[in-house]
Parts: sequence; C-alpha cells; structure tokens
Amino acid sequence: MYYVDGEPIADTKAPDGPIETRWDRRRFGAKLVNPANRRKLTVIVVGTGLAGGSAAATLGEAGYHVKSYCYQDSPRRAHSIAAQGGINAAKNYRNDGDSIHRLFYDTVKGGDFRSRESNVYRLAQVSVEIIDQCVAQGVPFAREYGGLLDNRSFGGAQVSRTFYARGQTGQQLLLGAYQALERQVAAGTVETYTRHEMLELIVVDGRARGIVVRDLVTGEVRTDFADAVVLATGGYGNVFFLSTNAKGCNVTASWRAHRKGALFANPCYTQIHPTCIPQSGEHQSKLTLMSESLRNDGRVWVPLKAGDTRAPGDIPEAERDYYLERIYPSFGNLVPRDIASRAAKNVCDEGRGVGPGGLGVYLDFADAISRLGRDAVEAKYGNLFEMYERITGEDPYEVPMRIYPAVHYTMGGLWVDYDLQATIPGLFVIGEANFSDHGANRLGASALMQGLADGYFVLPNTINDYLAAGPFPQVDADHPDAVEARTAVEDRLARLLAVDGDRTVDSFHRELGRIMWDYCGMERTEEGLRKAIELIRALRDEYWQRVRVPGSAATLNQSLEKAGRVADFFELAELMCIDALHRSESCGGHFRAESQTEDGEARRDDENFTYVAAWEWAGASAPPVLHKEDLSFEYVQPSQRSYK
Amino acid sequence: MNLTLRIWRQPDPQNKGRMITYRVTDVSPDMSFLEMLDMLNERLTLEGEEPVAFDHDCREGICGMCGLMINGVAHGPERATTTCQLHMRQFKDGDTIDVEPWRARAFPVVKDLVVDRSAFDRIIQAGGYVSAPTGSAPDAHAVPVPKADADAAFEAATCIGCGACVAACPNGSAMLFTAAKVTHLGLLPQGQPERRDRVLDMVAAQDEAGFGGCTNAGECTPACPKGIPLEVIGRLNRDHLKATTRPTR
Repeated sequence: MYYVDGEPIADTKAPDGPIETRWDRRRFGAKLVNPANRRKLTVIVVGTGLAGGSAAATLGEAGYHVKSYCYQDSPRRAHSIAAQGGINAAKNYRNDGDSIHRLFYDTVKGGDFRSRESNVYRLAQVSVEIIDQCVAQGVPFAREYGGLLDNRSFGGAQVSRTFYARGQTGQQLLLGAYQALERQVAAGTVETYTRHEMLELIVVDGRARGIVVRDLVTGEVRTDFADAVVLATGGYGNVFFLSTNAKGCNVTASWRAHRKGALFANPCYTQIHPTCIPQSGEHQSKLTLMSESLRNDGRVWVPLKAGDTRAPGDIPEAERDYYLERIYPSFGNLVPRDIASRAAKNVCDEGRGVGPGGLGVYLDFADAISRLGRDAVEAKYGNLFEMYERITGEDPYEVPMRIYPAVHYTMGGLWVDYDLQATIPGLFVIGEANFSDHGANRLGASALMQGLADGYFVLPNTINDYLAAGPFPQVDADHPDAVEARTAVEDRLARLLAVDGDRTVDSFHRELGRIMWDYCGMERTEEGLRKAIELIRALRDEYWQRVRVPGSAATLNQSLEKAGRVADFFELAELMCIDALHRSESCGGHFRAESQTEDGEARRDDENFTYVAAWEWAGASAPPVLHKEDLSFEYVQPSQRSYK
Repeated sequence: MNLTLRIWRQPDPQNKGRMITYRVTDVSPDMSFLEMLDMLNERLTLEGEEPVAFDHDCREGICGMCGLMINGVAHGPERATTTCQLHMRQFKDGDTIDVEPWRARAFPVVKDLVVDRSAFDRIIQAGGYVSAPTGSAPDAHAVPVPKADADAAFEAATCIGCGACVAACPNGSAMLFTAAKVTHLGLLPQGQPERRDRVLDMVAAQDEAGFGGCTNAGECTPACPKGIPLEVIGRLNRDHLKATTRPTR
C-alpha cells in the first residue's frame, strides 16, 4: 500500500463565468489594504529568482515591509539567471495571428490538459504587461533595425511570440528584477538576507507565520516572523543529481512546508530537455543546456546502423537517420521537448547513440552553414557554439554537436489555489515552486513568463486579500511553535553531523539520482517504479547510518548544507515515484510505458486521470494521502497531441 | 593526469590563512576545474579533513558565484571563461596550480576560497536601476531604441558580477563593474532621467565600500569572463564629469 485516498479538493478562489473576465473579477473581489496600513504588515519572501525577486520588489513598492532571503551570496545569482531562450508574450507584434487566447490555448495543449484553464488564461493575459514592465526597467531585449523589439518562434510554436536577449534572457530579466529589488532595499522597504537558508516553516494557529533559517556563514539557526510567507524557491530537478539546475537548487523549503501540511501536487511531472551537452564521465557534476533555439537550424540524426563508430563526417547521407524529420514530418526537429527527448532515448536504446557510452545524438549545423553561411550561423548561435567548445573541446562548426536529454524543469510543486495560496493559510508559493500553470509539460519560454507573472502581477494582487485580515497577533522566538521548529532544525543538523559514517553526501546523491533517472526519468513502468521505491527506502536508511558530514554546524559548512538538502530529496524521491506509479496514464513529461499507442506515442487517459494529484504528508512512517482536484475544460477541448 | 595544488586555507576572517599543498591524481582532462576540486573534497571528507570551501552555483558561467585566482590569474588561464567553465584540458600532467580567493580590501575572505562580495549589491542599491514601479510601464513599443544602442547596452549588461575585475585590478577597483551598469542604463532612453544622479551615487558608493580608484591599468577587461570592454569606463568618466559640472540637485 503506497498511498491512501483522501477527500477531493477544490480551488475555491477561482471565479467562474467567462474566462476573459475571471482575473478582473477576482481582483475586484479581493480585499485591499490601505496604503497606510501596509508598512505594518510584514511579508517574508524566500528565494530571489524571477518570481521571488519580482515579488519582493513589487511588495516593497506597494509599501509592505518585506524580508527577502536567499542562499546565494547575492539575490542576483538565483538560477533564473541561467535561462537562455526567451520569454513568451501574446503581444502579436508580428501580426501572425497570435492573441491571448492562442497563447492560452497553446499552453493548455502543451501542458497535455493537466493544468487549470483559469490560471493559464490569466498567465496569457498578464504576459503582455511583463514585457512592458521589463522594457521600462531597461532590460535590453533584442531589437530590430527600426528600434522595435525582435521576436522569434520557439519550441514548436507556430507564431513568433518569444522575446529574447541573445542567449541570456533569464539573466537580463533577473537583473531587472534584482535591480528593482535593490532599489527597494535603498528605499528601506525590503531587507535582504543573503547566504541564509530556510530550513523550516513556522505555523502558528494554522497560519504560516515565519521561518527557521540558518545563517550559512556563522551557522546560527534563528527564527523570523511575518504576516505571510512566500516561497519562491524553485524546482526540485536536482533530485536527479545531474540536471541543468544550479548545484544549490533544492527542495528543502518546499518540502519542509509540505511536512507542515502544504499539499504537494503532481511531483512526478518533470521536464527532460532534449538539447543538453552529454555527460563526459563519472566526474560529471551537472549538465549544461544548449538553448532549444538551436533546433531551429540544427538537424538531429544518428547512424542508421547500431554500433556504427565512424566519425560523423565519414558517415554518408544515406547511412544517417534524421529520425525526428522521419517520424514527425510536419514538425521535424521542432517537436516538443518531451517528444524530442524520448526519441533520443529510443535511438540510444537501440544502440545507435554516439559519443561516450553511446548516450548522445548529433545536432548538425552543416546544412545551415551551407545554406546561410557561417557568419549568419555565428551571429545567431555564436555564444552557444563557444560554450559548447569550451566544455567539450570540439568545434561545432566543423563537427556536429552531440546532445542528450537532461532533467531541466519540474512542473510539479506545492499545490496552490487561484490566489497562489497553499493549503496552509498565509503560505503563498510562486514560480517553479508551485504547480499551477504548466500542467504535465511546460512550453519553451514559458518558465520566465510564469515566474514574472506570479511575482510582478498575480501575487501582489492576491496577497492583499489575505493580508487585509492582518496584522496577525505578534509572534516571537519564544512562542512554543517557533521553539519547536527551531529545535527540530537544530536536532536534524546535529543528527547529520553525528552519523560520522564512511560515505560522502555526494556519493549518496549520485546514487539516488541514478535510481531516479533509471526508473522515474523519461520512461516509467510499474515494475520499475516499485523497484525504485524499494531502492530509495533502502538507500535512505543507509544514508542515516553511513553518511559522513565533516566539520561543525557553527561555521560555514557546505557539506552540512548539502546533507540536509539530500535528506529531503530522499523523501521527495519516494513521493515522486508513488505519484508516477499511481498515474498509470502517459501525459506530458510523464511517460508510462504501459500507456502508449501502437506507434509508441503517449496515450493519455482522460477518463481516469483528468485531475491534479495533491499529496498530503501523513508522517514518516505512514503512506501519503492523495487528494484529487478535478480539472475541467470549457474552452480548450482535450485532444490527443499529434506532431506527425 | 596528476597535479599538485597549493590552496589557500583560512578557517574564518579572524584567523590567518596559508597555502596548503595537496596532490590530486587521475584527473580527467574533461573535468571542469570545480569538478577537480569536488574530487579533492570527496577524498578529504573520507580522510577526515574538512573539504575546501569555494563558491559556485550554476556551473555554466552565468550566475557569477564562482571565482578563483588560479596561478595568480582571475578565473585561470582561459580567456573569457569563468572558473566553473574552465576545463582541466587547459593544464598538463605534473603541473603545480596555485588556488587563491579574490584578494581585495572590499572583498574580505569568509572562509578558504569564499569571499564576501556584498559591496557589489550596495553599489547597485545606490542607483543601478531604472525607477519603474511595477504596473507603471507604457507599452513596450512606445519608445523605439536604435539597435546599435540596444546592442551596446546589452553588451554592458552581460556583467555577471563575479568580481574578477576587482581581483585583477592592482588598485582593487570596481570601476569596470560600476561602469558596466552605468553604461547599460545610460545607453537606453529608459535610463536617461536618472542618468546623472546614478553615476554620482554609484561612484560614491563604490568609494565608500573600500574599492580602490581606477588608474586605467586595464587589467580588468582581460580578466572579465564576459569581455566587458574597457570603453565602458570612458563612458562612466564622461557621464561623471557632466554630472559633476551640471548636477541635477
């Protein structure tokens, strides 16, 4: 028995009626807070990526007292900074038939009908304001000679709605939010706490009222309090050890909130990105994404025959298999991420992979170079080519790139209602940390859109409705709930240090990641998932007996930081596998081998699985409780995706 | 390959640090520099020693968290490359490599190779932004920006705030960092209203944070992993002069 069924849940905050006016009506229905009262209300925002940075800045501008936390040494370093491709917005500047409704439609369809229509429609509406906001901040988007903004088509979209800043869109957007945040620091509305990690949520009288943090420099564990807590702590892709996430990305803040009562939704929905640089050996510490835009001009192929070890240039055209173009003639190399990733896995499983270990496929620019010229290719992709060469030592102008899928984004996250409030009142979750907008699969250039939509425009409106009931009764460090939370953190740190075993944290993390990649990665089976759950449980037990964490808790101790994060990854990993096991359909990034069509495509099961799976923590030794939120589709009729 | 590392170890800001020698064997040329340090740290952990503390996060050259002096060169021997993107194929079997933290008065050592760069945040707080509160923006196409200006602004805006420019500068000056932001915002129409106050306030914040003055030594640009050009300093100086002679307040 892996789980038990609980009561269904409903998103009680989403208005009904015409979808175009729902967001307007919700904003009108939400209570407001008088400007003079805002400074009496404190909001803690954890995380300073696009969602957290923009939210903290905007709440500060509104006059709230904001405390912003991040584990990095500066808010500017949050991992949103690494997003390359771009940000979608339904501006229709290209007059190519785009509209809010089309972006909404594409996102619901791209999410494989596992997201909420209301949320996605709002996201598409707000998208246009994001671009205006960012331009006003001085974000240097790519422009055309006329001085207007350039757009490109991205990740399989048939309209050009992606705004970009060369291959560094995330960096430029994040710096915009960071600068707005620092402006509020100067204005005195925001206090920033860098090199601090949230290790526990403090819940008092049923409301989220504070956090326990560890100062990563001094090791001091302390509590902080507010009228509301916002988690903007990103995704949990690092459960796989190897992913495109930054090394520090972790699930701890979300997981601690989950253990305190916040439901965790759809944990098995992970996005595996098709165009990453393959692993070069056992020493690999992370994987690097090559922007998906490369697929606009690069052609993906492998040798026709298994075990062909010739250099790519020695393989004649007739003996190459441009498999995406062959299988998906209408979309070709631009099929969505999950399809491209699984197709790469399939050809490698057939023994046709290239490079070390046969875990790679070619992404070849020879045609583009002969069609457009080397200069044109360099102008478009020069920085990406350089990055590739720096990492691999190979020149992609001469030799085809090798790419392989890697874990990139997690669509699952803490369950939130339309107001982005979790099941613990006063706890709000924004950006990748929540589950709400991408369904079972996220479209390219939509993560930046969602992070900024939540942080600049959605949360700052919806949180008022909650804060209007505040300020809530004063809580301090001596409150029993605060003492209990802080003690729990100190005990856990002490336990990790006390094991003093004979294996490093990383060795466990690598092994956990391998289990997840093998059994809860691109393709999942009932048998594999059952096995994974047993392996994870055994490894977790071993972890608490054999891990070695050197040093003390009273100083900067990076091993201890990692040890706590990995401990939480173990628990999350098990829930991911349980979620993947219970969802016996294939949808979006979740492919169950038992649920496929005759020609190997994902088969969704709308009759049985048109719901959000929101999991309740029932204790370390009890199975989690499944709460279902039914999804209904009034505006976009569910259809089976076909990219053939 | 086998290497000798001489690494700066310092338990905390109060205690003095020193170089300690470690030998690492079986280093793959495909490893990144940080993966090589990971390997050393795994071994130190199992041998009961404290691993070497160093800052890193994205490991793809964009977050700006990593930064080591490698043989006296900020981010090591490869041009336009952050420490995390430096690969061991740049070194030879038998090499001895010195690994030190950034050294600058404004960046005190926290532990081992970790330094405190919060002074950069304080420079940005002083004016490294456009005041555009959320919701107040006009349509993105309301003000066209000449492509050349947008491209030049972008180039300056690619600064990752790693601090290599400061570490490379004989004066420990943050001028390249500050000038990159002044240039980025000063080239765009959105940045014009605050242009003069911005440059005065950011330069003042830089001085207050303990960075040295710029004497045009030119060591910063070659050390910059993003290749921020030296000309941004010229732009800053011109803006500063104008702002001083025609102050807005």
